Amino acid sequence: MKDFTSHAMNIAMAEGARYADIRILDHREQVVSVKNGNVDGVGDQYSQGFGIRVLVDNSWGFASSAYLEKAEIERVTSLAVKIAQASARVPGEPVDLGKPVTSVGKYTTPIQIDPFSISLEQKLDLMFRADEIMRRNPGVKVSEGNVISVRNHKFFSNTEEAFLEQVIYESGGAIAATAISDTEVQIRSHPNSFRYQGTGGWEYVTGADFTGNAERVAEEAVRLLSADVCPSKETTLILDSSQLALQIHESCGHPTELDRVFGTEAAFAGRSFLTTEKRNNFRYGSDIVNLTADSVRQTGLGTFGWDDEGVPATSTPLVRNGEFVGYLMSRETASRLGLESNGCMRADGWNRIPLIRMTNVSVEAGTWNFEDMIADTDDGIFMETNRSWSIDDMRLNFQFGTEVGYEIKGGKRGSLLKNCTYAGITPDFWKSCDAIANARHWRLWGTPNCGKGEPMQTMGTGHGAAPARFRNVKVGVFR
Amino acid sequence: MNFRAIAEVVMNASPAKEIEVLAMEQNESLTRFANNSIHQNVTERNVQITVRSVIGTKVGIAVSNDVRRDSLRELAIRAFDAARVQPDNPEFKGLPAQQAITPVGAFDDAVAECTPEQRAASVGSICRKAAASACSAAGSMTTSSLEIGVSNSKGILAEHRFTMADASTVVMGKNSSGWAQGTGWRLKAIEPEALADEAISKVRMGVDPIDFQPGDYTVILDPYATADLLEMLAFDGMGALAVQEGRSWMNGRLGQRIMADSVTIIDNGSSTAGMPWPFDFEGIPKKAVEIVASGVAMSPVYDSFTAGREEGKQSTGHATPPSPQGRFGPAPMNLFLMPGSTSLEAMIKSTKFGLYITRFWYTRTVHPRDAVVTGMTRDGTFVIRDGEIAHPIKSLRFTQSYVEALKYAEAIGVTPRLLRSGFGGAVSVPPVKLAKFRFTSSTR
Repeated sequence: MKDFTSHAMNIAMAEGARYADIRILDHREQVVSVKNGNVDGVGDQYSQGFGIRVLVDNSWGFASSAYLEKAEIERVTSLAVKIAQASARVPGEPVDLGKPVTSVGKYTTPIQIDPFSISLEQKLDLMFRADEIMRRNPGVKVSEGNVISVRNHKFFSNTEEAFLEQVIYESGGAIAATAISDTEVQIRSHPNSFRYQGTGGWEYVTGADFTGNAERVAEEAVRLLSADVCPSKETTLILDSSQLALQIHESCGHPTELDRVFGTEAAFAGRSFLTTEKRNNFRYGSDIVNLTADSVRQTGLGTFGWDDEGVPATSTPLVRNGEFVGYLMSRETASRLGLESNGCMRADGWNRIPLIRMTNVSVEAGTWNFEDMIADTDDGIFMETNRSWSIDDMRLNFQFGTEVGYEIKGGKRGSLLKNCTYAGITPDFWKSCDAIANARHWRLWGTPNCGKGEPMQTMGTGHGAAPARFRNVKVGVFR
Repeated sequence: MNFRAIAEVVMNASPAKEIEVLAMEQNESLTRFANNSIHQNVTERNVQITVRSVIGTKVGIAVSNDVRRDSLRELAIRAFDAARVQPDNPEFKGLPAQQAITPVGAFDDAVAECTPEQRAASVGSICRKAAASACSAAGSMTTSSLEIGVSNSKGILAEHRFTMADASTVVMGKNSSGWAQGTGWRLKAIEPEALADEAISKVRMGVDPIDFQPGDYTVILDPYATADLLEMLAFDGMGALAVQEGRSWMNGRLGQRIMADSVTIIDNGSSTAGMPWPFDFEGIPKKAVEIVASGVAMSPVYDSFTAGREEGKQSTGHATPPSPQGRFGPAPMNLFLMPGSTSLEAMIKSTKFGLYITRFWYTRTVHPRDAVVTGMTRDGTFVIRDGEIAHPIKSLRFTQSYVEALKYAEAIGVTPRLLRSGFGGAVSVPPVKLAKFRFTSSTR
């Protein structure tokens, strides 16, 4: 493989690049999906190819191909240089990549059981058993479940002598029951609604205990049809850790992406209210809010050895004691702030350019027992499991919906609520946080479907969270 | 791509008697700009081969982008192995049989041969115009050519190639922004300078936006916002699978007048006014389907699987690509909101008090059965007072049933615009005037 990568790098430099890198990727994915007692999809998906990124003077070019042959690598490398030269016709600011990246090594996701060693029959059996339990409830109209196994085997090399090999395993799955009346649809899912996915082996899937939760999921979906609608009011809100994970993703992860701050996502993914003068000079949340970006915590969808610029995995603070202190950065954007990259450049395939992406962006655990948090709340709503999400292009105005909610009265969890929504403005919301549950309740979730960039890239990101309480939140936006 | 050779290798290697091969080769280039300069410039050459192997009522799927003969043979075996381990699925009635397909031309050499220098010249003209107006432009231009082939053991052999060009820009001023987008299968559909002018005019109109109370207002939507109505209605239930599962806005409304008389929504894959594509991912010809006719909910679109679940139904040619992840179900990818007779200017002039909206952003379903959607306005929201645009306002959040919104359609625009759809394909949409639309919060 090194022959291929060296050949490409030599061509790039000979044709005028001052920097180049190459990624060669072999992607394997196997999925088993069942629905209403039948197979919905079973099979696998392979994709392989390479992408070459070059910097000529101060302009970037990128070309990629599925055809991993010497002549094609030569064609694609030359094409990448030509594209960079074309980019120079509409030039921008000087590009400084900071100090050279010379990483050499190999990283493999620690796994106990290779997910590809589990037969399709075993995977189908697991899903059919969970599906059958959900279908025992006659109120369930649609029962479904899936498991996914992913292996990404990739090589990275650059013109600064880096050479890396990584084998990243991902495993995951979810079940869901849908109950439908003449007028509405209610769904409950487990462990969350975006598929429970992380870096890990088959043990990650079995840990989700689909069969042990199938009856509850079905029962809750049916019960929601006759539940009270979430009231419209301003109240105390407690979020479960999976909903808080998505809140972090949308209102902390995205606005701390430094490419957004510099405007390069303005036309597609949007910009950010966390402009550079706010770093170390802006109250993002209350004193108890601590947010961290890391790529080292095991099982996170943002966990790896090196990012797609060859920068080693690390952990850096984004918010400390409520103060905004850091960004998710690439080599190029970090150098504009006089900083070094914290390894957040990731591409979703061989045919896509790396972008600044979330790694594992998490809120650190607080001090509360969850049960004490409920007991300490006179009047409020506990919401669980995301159902809808939307946030403005500056990442300020958000509105989320959850699958389920519970009234809290006099420190006790009360009646079931449906169609729960809440809305707010990001820093106001986080400043209203007055309780975060402790490490016993903290869990690292995966968001496997984060979209960004053109052409669109779908990335898996990790988010650790514990249940947390927020005061004076507008709930019940649409009844 | 030599599709017939690929299909022959796969079919010859397959132990299954019933088999389908779908192949798509894509050459796509995209030039992306921001801060009035090109910051990403990429090209991709890829092929994807999807094999459905059928044993009785069991279907295995395997996907690969490796076209070497040995890999293609292995692909056929993998799909067969995936089918072999399954229990029977009585709902699957078999692969579809051959139907006559009328070819449609949608390939422009100028798009297929567009160079990075040409794209740089196009986006450069947008950036220069923005800079001359003391603004900052961001956006992208895409040129793409795609070949698709579908073949199955029941005689289907369908091949089509087409091109796609798309350019969009958001232009930003001190405290306002504007948006413009153009899409077509011909390169001449992209007029960069006109796009820049359109976006810059919104920047100028939008200077110093003021806070505005959310509530129910009459709205006039530019085609960009209208496009979101169609796309979300498609996502929330224009396909038969969603209707069969009871989660569509069409459930309980078929045959009923649910929108204004002026609203007719058609999916037509063979119209050259759209992005034509004569057959679906199963090789079945795309029929023109009236989804909503003069306000009446008529029919969802079907693929062979969903047609097979209903007595006497035939596929309308709207299958999406098979995936191991499960059935997404049939979907309309060539939607038209049929034009009316009112110009945008006349809509504004006829409005005593209302809002004029450029586009919607980050829209998501809140309740699927009523197609209740939340999202933000973006890149230009304006108050209309006494038939004139009075002043710009800050972006608003809405939470609104899109079915109900079109019930209150007062006027449909005369001039449609073709726009690339976020869900694939394209939509052709004019501006619309809606008597009532609910805004639930504002932003800073």
